[in-house]
Amino acid sequence: MKAILALADGTGFEGEQFGATGETVGEVVFNTSMTGYQEVLTDPSYKGQIVTMTYPLIGNYGCNEADVESIGPQVEGFVVREYSAYHSNWRSKWSLDAYLAEHDIIGIQGIDTRALTRRLRVHGVMNGCLSTEDLNPESLVTKAKAWHGLVGWDLVQRVTCPSSYAWQQPEANNSHAKYRVVALDFGIKYNILRQLTEHGCEVQVVPAKTTAEEILAAEPDGVFLSNGPGDPMPVDYAIQTIRTLIGKKPLFGICLGHQLLGLALGGKTFKLKFGHRGANQPVKHLETDRVEITAQNHGFCVDIDSLPNSVDVTHVNLNDDTLEGIQHREHPIFSVQYHPEASPGPHDASYLFSRFTEMME
Amino acid sequence: MPKRTDIEKILIIGSGAIIIGQACEFDYSGTQACKALKEEGYEITLVNSNPATIMTDPDFADRTYIEPITADTVELIIAKERPQALLPTLGGQTALNVSVELAESGVLEKYEVELIGAKLPAIQKAEDRALFKEAMTKIGLAVPHSGIAHSVQEALALVQEIGFPAIIRPAFTLGGTGGGIAYNIEEYEKMVTAGLALSPISELLIEESVIGWKEFELEVMRDGADNVVIICSIENVDAMGVHTGDSITVAPIQTLTDKEYQLMRDSAIKIIREIGVDTGGSNIQFAVDPKTGTQVVIEMNPRVSRSSALASKATGFPIAKIAAKLAVGYNLDEIPNDITAKTPACFEPTIDYVVVKIPRWAFEKFQGTDETLTTQMKSVGEAMAIGRTFKEALQKGLRSLETGWHGLDNHPLDELPLSELPSKLSVPNVKRVFYIKAALARGMSIEEIHTYTHIDPFFLYNMKEIVDFENALSKPDTRQYIDQYLQKSKTNGELTKKLLRQAKQFGFSDRQLGDIYDVSEETIRECRKELGVDATFKTVDTCAAEFEAETPYYYSTCSSEDEVRPSDKAKIMILGGGPNRIGQGIEFDYCCVHAALALKADGYETIMVNSNPETVSTDYDTSDRLYFEPLTCEDVLNIYHKEKPSGVIVQFGGQTPLNLAITLKEAGVPIIGTSPEDIARSEDRRLFKAVLDDIGLMQPPNGTATSSEEAAPIAAALGYPVIVRPSYVLGGRAMQIVYDEELLHEYMHSAVQASPEHPVLIDKYLEEAIEVDVDAISDGNLTVIGGIMEHIEEAGIHSGDSDCVLPPYTLVDEQIENLKTFTYSLAKALRVRGLMNVQYAIKNDEIYVLEVNPRASRTIPFVSKAIGVPLAKLAARVMAGKTLAELEFTNEIEPAYFSVKAPVFPFNRFPGSNTRLGPEMKSTGEVMGIDTDVSRAFAKAQKACGYTLPIGGKVFISVKNKDKRAIIFIAKKLTDMGFELIATHGTAKVLLRNGMESELVFSIGKGRPTIHDYIKNHAVDLIINTPTGDLHRPNELLIREMAIAHDIPIFSTIPGAAAAVNAIDALQRGDITVTPLQDYFQML
Repeated sequence: MKAILALADGTGFEGEQFGATGETVGEVVFNTSMTGYQEVLTDPSYKGQIVTMTYPLIGNYGCNEADVESIGPQVEGFVVREYSAYHSNWRSKWSLDAYLAEHDIIGIQGIDTRALTRRLRVHGVMNGCLSTEDLNPESLVTKAKAWHGLVGWDLVQRVTCPSSYAWQQPEANNSHAKYRVVALDFGIKYNILRQLTEHGCEVQVVPAKTTAEEILAAEPDGVFLSNGPGDPMPVDYAIQTIRTLIGKKPLFGICLGHQLLGLALGGKTFKLKFGHRGANQPVKHLETDRVEITAQNHGFCVDIDSLPNSVDVTHVNLNDDTLEGIQHREHPIFSVQYHPEASPGPHDASYLFSRFTEMME
Repeated sequence: MPKRTDIEKILIIGSGAIIIGQACEFDYSGTQACKALKEEGYEITLVNSNPATIMTDPDFADRTYIEPITADTVELIIAKERPQALLPTLGGQTALNVSVELAESGVLEKYEVELIGAKLPAIQKAEDRALFKEAMTKIGLAVPHSGIAHSVQEALALVQEIGFPAIIRPAFTLGGTGGGIAYNIEEYEKMVTAGLALSPISELLIEESVIGWKEFELEVMRDGADNVVIICSIENVDAMGVHTGDSITVAPIQTLTDKEYQLMRDSAIKIIREIGVDTGGSNIQFAVDPKTGTQVVIEMNPRVSRSSALASKATGFPIAKIAAKLAVGYNLDEIPNDITAKTPACFEPTIDYVVVKIPRWAFEKFQGTDETLTTQMKSVGEAMAIGRTFKEALQKGLRSLETGWHGLDNHPLDELPLSELPSKLSVPNVKRVFYIKAALARGMSIEEIHTYTHIDPFFLYNMKEIVDFENALSKPDTRQYIDQYLQKSKTNGELTKKLLRQAKQFGFSDRQLGDIYDVSEETIRECRKELGVDATFKTVDTCAAEFEAETPYYYSTCSSEDEVRPSDKAKIMILGGGPNRIGQGIEFDYCCVHAALALKADGYETIMVNSNPETVSTDYDTSDRLYFEPLTCEDVLNIYHKEKPSGVIVQFGGQTPLNLAITLKEAGVPIIGTSPEDIARSEDRRLFKAVLDDIGLMQPPNGTATSSEEAAPIAAALGYPVIVRPSYVLGGRAMQIVYDEELLHEYMHSAVQASPEHPVLIDKYLEEAIEVDVDAISDGNLTVIGGIMEHIEEAGIHSGDSDCVLPPYTLVDEQIENLKTFTYSLAKALRVRGLMNVQYAIKNDEIYVLEVNPRASRTIPFVSKAIGVPLAKLAARVMAGKTLAELEFTNEIEPAYFSVKAPVFPFNRFPGSNTRLGPEMKSTGEVMGIDTDVSRAFAKAQKACGYTLPIGGKVFISVKNKDKRAIIFIAKKLTDMGFELIATHGTAKVLLRNGMESELVFSIGKGRPTIHDYIKNHAVDLIINTPTGDLHRPNELLIREMAIAHDIPIFSTIPGAAAAVNAIDALQRGDITVTPLQDYFQML
């Protein structure tokens, strides 16, 4: 079946549908990881986005039950150069086509994804409309233009958990958990929870709107601020919560959690032209001078020049010198823009989880 | 950390002659290292015996030693140059082994030379099988069940535990030499014995077979601050059991999930840290059980490798260059990524295309040997192709091989009985991919093919998609559309366009499509152009378009966007030589690189086209623009139409671009230099005869025949022996000396398919003639001789397989003058503009022209180094319009020193094949020895080949009757030098009559001991055995084969033996010195 992806700048890409049929709008972004499409699909941070993989062959190893970062695929649409109808891997359970169809995600294949990526790089990420129903490019462009976009939209509400729950990990032995952690769920990836568990934490996941008082009442050893989708500015309730928690509990933030912490501390955020999405971003740890190859997925960024004197810059991105990590000078608080939990991506920065537990000692 | 200032002078060791498993990838890495370190202001001392390398060009190092890469010679260089550091990791296994030897023997300590990049303990830990296994166990990584054996007894005990099939891996050998898979005890004993002999430390790893597991490789880099990055991941299409050099491989990994890939990445990082490679690149191989995902570590190379060259070309990340910078103290984040210019080299390249590498073999030259692919590498070259799908890259790769395929073709395998397919699929062989095609075409299921081949179904499925699409294209209704479009009405345009687009995205060539529709390649091309189905070019940029690329490195695909923005500068396109093969290798790449460098310096924009990932020509900074593409008419025309260069050079890349010359010219491509028509005049027997008659030169008497019946009277009239060959061949393919009618019939029936279009050429064989090679350059008016090379062996042995000396060492002035005059008139007659090579034979004072090649020859780099003039550079500039006078090259140079070129053979890889030298070229590479004394130069060349001439001991002499007279003087000299003689009855008697005692051995079959026993017992140090040339006497061949297997120097011609004896004399005098090229050139 034919499918068309149209961008708000008027460009159209015609390809073949796979996965579900229908129509969807979202911000079109690209991810440069060569592996890990199932983790990408299921990462709640992609809510509101139509994701293009720059690696051209996708679906090769199918999909399985384990490699998920949330309950199911979160992206608005999925764009690839060639979808592999054959999936080969000992853990593969479903084809990508079946997986996406099951979760009602539209996929498009057979388009020049490199041309699309270059357009996004040059002109910045833009809104797009992907459809298998309306095959009139002009009409799709109009729909893409009409969409409100990510800025100012509180996407967290679409992915946070409805109510608080205790993270259970079947294979982990939680009996000797040393630390009690409350994780504010802005769209948390399972691998963060898995990592916290493996580092001896017992994690209570709470909805994004949980107040500081409620969190403090649970008497946790530390509070984790999760990743999540979209613009941090409209998530003002969380910024308020974090502001109250500062100085009261050890805090560790990742990605959106880092941005919200930055805002809570008085910094500013801005939207990157085309974001950082991939598994090969070099980040320098200023304390050790060591470089970590990191997984990243963010379109917004804390302005390094807007940081208050109360924090130190700990990590910077070597590609574009943007802020990647901060640490509070007085309180046990730190955060990183990138994803130490990886999944998909390299494990170079998993030490940060130990750092969090050390703070809770 | 900034670069180190406590070192000023660095010694770099190259990898020597091109051999199987160690080819021009190490020139690529070594050249990058030299450039990178020179750029940093270090003084570079280089040693490499291979003159065909770019790295040994005198401007790439400060002191360039073309000397044997042996510990004693390198010690002399160290003593003379006193470098503070030695970089051992860029010259392959050869450099690594010599460096280890120098470190272990205390030479480095004595002269205070520091190993940089990798220290001795790290190298030992990675290379010594027991230490490596121990290290892996320590960091909790699994390795296949294995053990170390130092003797046959130990090996036999081990296999009791490990079971069959068992893998045998000798320690410290390159390309897995001497390794193999044994399925039974008999095979096992044989391999163990051979492997122990080949391992320099007599050590074997006997390993549990993980045959059928998936094989993966990671290219890892580490810097002094302990930052580790993975540059490239590679998945082998062929499962474990086939050497990675003989496997079709794909980058990046296709069938691992991120979880599994990250596990492998973590392991690789742990390994490089545990082994302790300080800085630089390493290659780590893993095997994965396809059923459970269990990962085991196979091995690690603590140096740059063939795979790292491939990884560099596949990603655009220059591993060797970065490794060199890391070795002198820089960290990864301090080095910029050349391709983006804005981001640092400390990252992991991500690619948005698929890279397929396919090996090229040369079994046709080594008939009689087992062609099964095993853990010992046998391929002589490789092609790499880039596409946006695996299908596209695979088909582009297959046509890049230039083995007659235009993609995943049907080939003649169509007729193969179905019952034979399973064995063809299960035993790895060079045509397996085509057997898979045949199996798919006949409906065998992916699962069944997987059972036989262990190839991952993902790859098989992609091949099936190619087959299915081909079937769809040939379906009657599709045919009808296309036929209608092509032949009549131009109707069905949209449908035809859609099909052609998809065909292109699946990698089909115009030629393949033409074959399907019974039309010519041109017709398909025209049709494509009309419909706008054009090739588009994309950039290799290390970052999947995340950043803008500064470096124009392109590949073609069929897509919606073309990234190439041609400039309006004057440009020249250079066509490279494609995959290495015997007869066409690094020498031609050297010429292409020189053309690019020279024309760039003259202000042209240079465009390189090549498909060989091992080369310097495919380094993105050699030319202004690089197109990594197959060298077929279609692919070259695509680039031509895009770039519209003002000139295209076809005479530097060997036979590959020459074969395209006429078609390209007909398509309107401006070929510069000698015209394709004039080149054809030199190749066509009839036209060439007219040329010679015109200028009054002689050829050996000859004739042509199209059948056995026709051949016999011609040969009889010429008189046996005769040289027979098919017309239009490269590297003397299927060329033979035939001694009688029976052999002639055999040749005509089995070796060639003669036909009126392809007659067999029959030449009188000039026995005992002196062969001479002449390389010259001409600007159309003036012709200047570059060098005259006198072969040591008599005519009849392919020039690529002969030792030769420049300047001539026995020719008189008059002969030399005649050779020059003849060469001038040939250049004039053929209107040569550029390079020309002529082969002459001198017999009874008559000079015969054997062959003229108006193009770059294999000897151009050798001659250029011998005379200190870059001939290929001059020729490129001449082709672009300069005169030799303008280039100030009008005087011929006769050096005051001698340069000897000697060939290196791959016989140890092909047991059972014919080791006799003849008109068909079999050597893979060459070395050069330079000295003011010709005997010393010869001794150096022999040493560089790996044959250390003995300075004492026993010599076995057995010569044919005709040579008995000539051997007396040689034998006498040997006894005077203190050698003891061994001889068979006939020769012994002659020696005795001339006052020389010899130890008697029996002729084969007449009693014991024979010389075979001596060889096996290593009780003989040198063999002089001139064969009668009679193929009915296999014993002679056996001596040669055994001598080669046991590394005993053997000389099979009287001139060769004489040269060896003089060289031994020079060695005995013990006055071998080392001198850099720069000093030799001072003598000119």
